[in-house]
Amino acid sequence: MTCLPGKTDRALGLVIDLDTCVGCQACVTACKGWNDQGYGVPLSDQNPYGSKPSGVFLNRVHSYQVQPEVAAPMIVNFPRSCLHCADAPCVTVCPTGASYKRVEDGIVLVNEDACVGCGLCAWACPYGAREMDADEGVMKKCTLCVDRIYNENLPEEDREPACVRTCPTGARHFGDLNDPQSAVSQLVAARSGYDLMPEQGAKPTNKYLPPRKKDRPDQASLLAPLLDIKATGFAGWLDRVLGKI
Amino acid sequence: MNPAPSVIIFTVLSGMGFGYLALLGTVHDYSGVAALAHWFMGFFLATAGLVASAFHLGNPSRAWRAFTQWRSSWLSREAWFAVLALLVLAPVALSAWLGLGLPRALGWLGAALAFATVAATGMIYAQIRAVPRWHHWNVPVLFLVFAVTGGCLLAGLRGPAIAALVVLGAGMVLHWRIGDGAFARAGSTMGTATGLGGLGQTSVFEPAHTAGNYLLHEMIYVVCRRHVPKLRALALILAVALPLLAMLFLPGRYGPYVAVPLHLLGALAQRWLFFAQAEHVVGLYYGKR
Repeated sequence: MTCLPGKTDRALGLVIDLDTCVGCQACVTACKGWNDQGYGVPLSDQNPYGSKPSGVFLNRVHSYQVQPEVAAPMIVNFPRSCLHCADAPCVTVCPTGASYKRVEDGIVLVNEDACVGCGLCAWACPYGAREMDADEGVMKKCTLCVDRIYNENLPEEDREPACVRTCPTGARHFGDLNDPQSAVSQLVAARSGYDLMPEQGAKPTNKYLPPRKKDRPDQASLLAPLLDIKATGFAGWLDRVLGKI
Repeated sequence: MNPAPSVIIFTVLSGMGFGYLALLGTVHDYSGVAALAHWFMGFFLATAGLVASAFHLGNPSRAWRAFTQWRSSWLSREAWFAVLALLVLAPVALSAWLGLGLPRALGWLGAALAFATVAATGMIYAQIRAVPRWHHWNVPVLFLVFAVTGGCLLAGLRGPAIAALVVLGAGMVLHWRIGDGAFARAGSTMGTATGLGGLGQTSVFEPAHTAGNYLLHEMIYVVCRRHVPKLRALALILAVALPLLAMLFLPGRYGPYVAVPLHLLGALAQRWLFFAQAEHVVGLYYGKR
């Protein structure tokens, strides 16, 4: 049923650190690589080596320039994927029951065997998280690597989403955001993690950690105290003697 | 949003068809061959539209599943209302043709279902918060007014048609006026979309991908926006002004013959604008609307 569960036991999701992300696109590649061969139909490409290539990706990394009022501009790399919203608008609009939100862990999934390919769920999503597969005519979206995270055939360190596992800078974190004691929840609390487009009312599960403010040119350097070296011992005696001559 | 021809044809034709069927089931009492011709026209428009809508599906063979989620999905409700309306009105049509004398109440029930179908079509768009221009009660109302107007014109009801055309003209202008400020009122910007707005002025530094994708093709359709004033004027003239003149000044039954094709063209122009002008908030991630 495409009615949303009022409350899910857990709320699995991602926490993405915009301060750490370097925009290397490794998560995009890892996501495409894993989901080409796992859950559902492969993520097809159209005309991949031609002049107008296109294809389905479940994760895309944008890059923005932020110009503060009185400081140098910042470049912020910004991964964008399904936020596994608590009030997922993509689920309730689905006419066939293909889209659903799992009660046990809050993951939003598409049962591709029931998807009619009407595209209404992609219209309903404010975040552009869903892309239609042009070959199969079914909707694709992030599964939070549901075929990895519970997969006992994988070594334990691999039981997390492919994007998280591959991130070389540790900018992506995976966990239960319903549990205030979880590492991701504590990270969100410590770093003021926020929701994207809260005005859209979807109550996203995934959180983003803001980039830290950069130094300003007129601010004293954090290294200043270290540069004020007080010599001790023989060097200190020499320093004092030479100072008196 | 991408104005897919199948969806434009579906919403215009089936809207007009269901409006016509509703009037045939209630205020009209054709009999014999005349009834057959009129009812056929109504059923043809309504079902042609429904068939057209199947062309934008990725897997049309699974369309039967669209009847399962009526509890939450307006698209599913629309499917139910459409089929029920056609099923309830079919015996009414037979009764009018063959003089079976079925109770009129069945026609009223069918009319209610026909209008419910049109309202549900409008709600499919109005429920989508991510497209602020659509997320307003005026959308299903405008769809209903279009259905009533098209039905009155096809049925050749001079007085009601003139009144409906006047209401439709006002409705279209109101729809555009409300819609033009909707995106700003929704409050979504690149700043809220990325959450970086509090740090400073946000702009796109590099796109996430250099080629096109489904999102850009389907939801970030920016073609022909500069022609909007011309198209609006054209839609108003074709859908409202010229049919109004035809119904007012052409004698007898000739009014509808001129008014219906013009109104249909105007309705198609309006519906094209309805999609082409609708801006999805996902465009904010791409610095486009």
